[in-house]
Amino acid sequence: MDGFSGTGLACIRSNRIVFAGLDFAVSPGGALVLTGPNGSGKSSLLRLMAGIARPAAGSILWQDAPVSEDPEAFFARLHYVGHRDAVKPALTVRENLTFHAALRPGAADIDGALERVGLAALADLPARMLSAGQTRRLTLARILATPAPLWLLDEPTIALDYRAVERLRAAIDAHRAGGGMIVASTNVPLGIDDAATIDLAAHAPAPDVLWADEPPDILSDEPR
Amino acid sequence: MSGFFALVGRDIRIALRQFSDTMMVIVFFVIAAALFPFGVGPEPNLLARMAPGILWVTALLAAMLSFDRLFQNDYDDGTLELLVIAPQPLWMTALAKIVAHWLTTGLPLLVAAPVIGIMLNLEPRGYGVLIAAMALGTGIISLVGALGAALSLGSRRSGVLLSLLVLPLVIPVLIFGAGAVDAAIGGFAASQQLLVLGGLLIGCLAVCPWGCAVALRLAAE
Repeated sequence: MDGFSGTGLACIRSNRIVFAGLDFAVSPGGALVLTGPNGSGKSSLLRLMAGIARPAAGSILWQDAPVSEDPEAFFARLHYVGHRDAVKPALTVRENLTFHAALRPGAADIDGALERVGLAALADLPARMLSAGQTRRLTLARILATPAPLWLLDEPTIALDYRAVERLRAAIDAHRAGGGMIVASTNVPLGIDDAATIDLAAHAPAPDVLWADEPPDILSDEPR
Repeated sequence: MSGFFALVGRDIRIALRQFSDTMMVIVFFVIAAALFPFGVGPEPNLLARMAPGILWVTALLAAMLSFDRLFQNDYDDGTLELLVIAPQPLWMTALAKIVAHWLTTGLPLLVAAPVIGIMLNLEPRGYGVLIAAMALGTGIISLVGALGAALSLGSRRSGVLLSLLVLPLVIPVLIFGAGAVDAAIGGFAASQQLLVLGGLLIGCLAVCPWGCAVALRLAAE
């Protein structure tokens, strides 16, 4: 398949199966939304997709080739936004963004990215002065600063006001119109057009069942 | 390579902005060394005899203060995850952190050491070798300390664990570093000890960034 996919994925965290037997596929220009209650493994799945953690079973494919064959080439194609902001309070807004852009391949457009998230006026302010929503916008500016075909977004709208959510939606639409792919986890409707959805709750393991039927009566003396 | 220099530059910039954290190591170095004349008495010959050992032990302990925050901040704020999935070899990322650590901790220790040498009545003949041995030795300490910091990342009481991991490993640095200065003071050539330190530095340079990379990948997972 021409795109990003995974088959039979399983995730185990501290000896507990979070999900198992999960398949996904995103084609160029496509979007995938991960939903599910807290703790159902949305973030864990995104970390598997990003290559930060390794799946306990199954494989993740980029254009039908396992990403584990050449992880660095795969890392060059993605942007990952976790639920932690990775913003250094001691550095200015511009310095934070410039650093992250230098880690990724491709020509960086720092000022353009700051403009698009509405932080251009605050570019030379130390990041410790930013509010929670502004910090989140700085984090999202990372994905706009350098080009990458795959965006992995973990709850991108947290702390954003409705205008910033609108801007994010516009950025996502523009990215998809250019053939980019998006996987986003969310608890609120993102309003992404014709996105496929995976409900993580449907992939949770069955609760531990020790006895499927009545427990055998091992205490009785009657012959069985 | 742009990622390498960006990381070194960022760490140095943060160290300069948070200057009190950076200075803490040097202040500890000076104060700890200054306690010895109070403890063993201010007799100049005795201090001169002990100076190389005091300098090396206190420099080592001062450097230990800096390792717990080497990777911890990046680990806490999520930057480490992004470094792990940056499209450059992770050992190069680790090496960038180590280089930045040496520039912000090893180099200031190197500058402060001769000053403390004067305070401890170190023989004038020893200074050249002291600086050469310290330049090599602080590099080894940065490399081994970074490996310890990466291995203890994410564990509770990582500071104690870090000391238990790192201090035994840098005993050779202590022996040959102090030995080199002692030899120079005694009028002998210190080249043997310096060559051993150089060899240790090259060995650590080959092993530690790679070991750091493995430990960081595990910690991010």
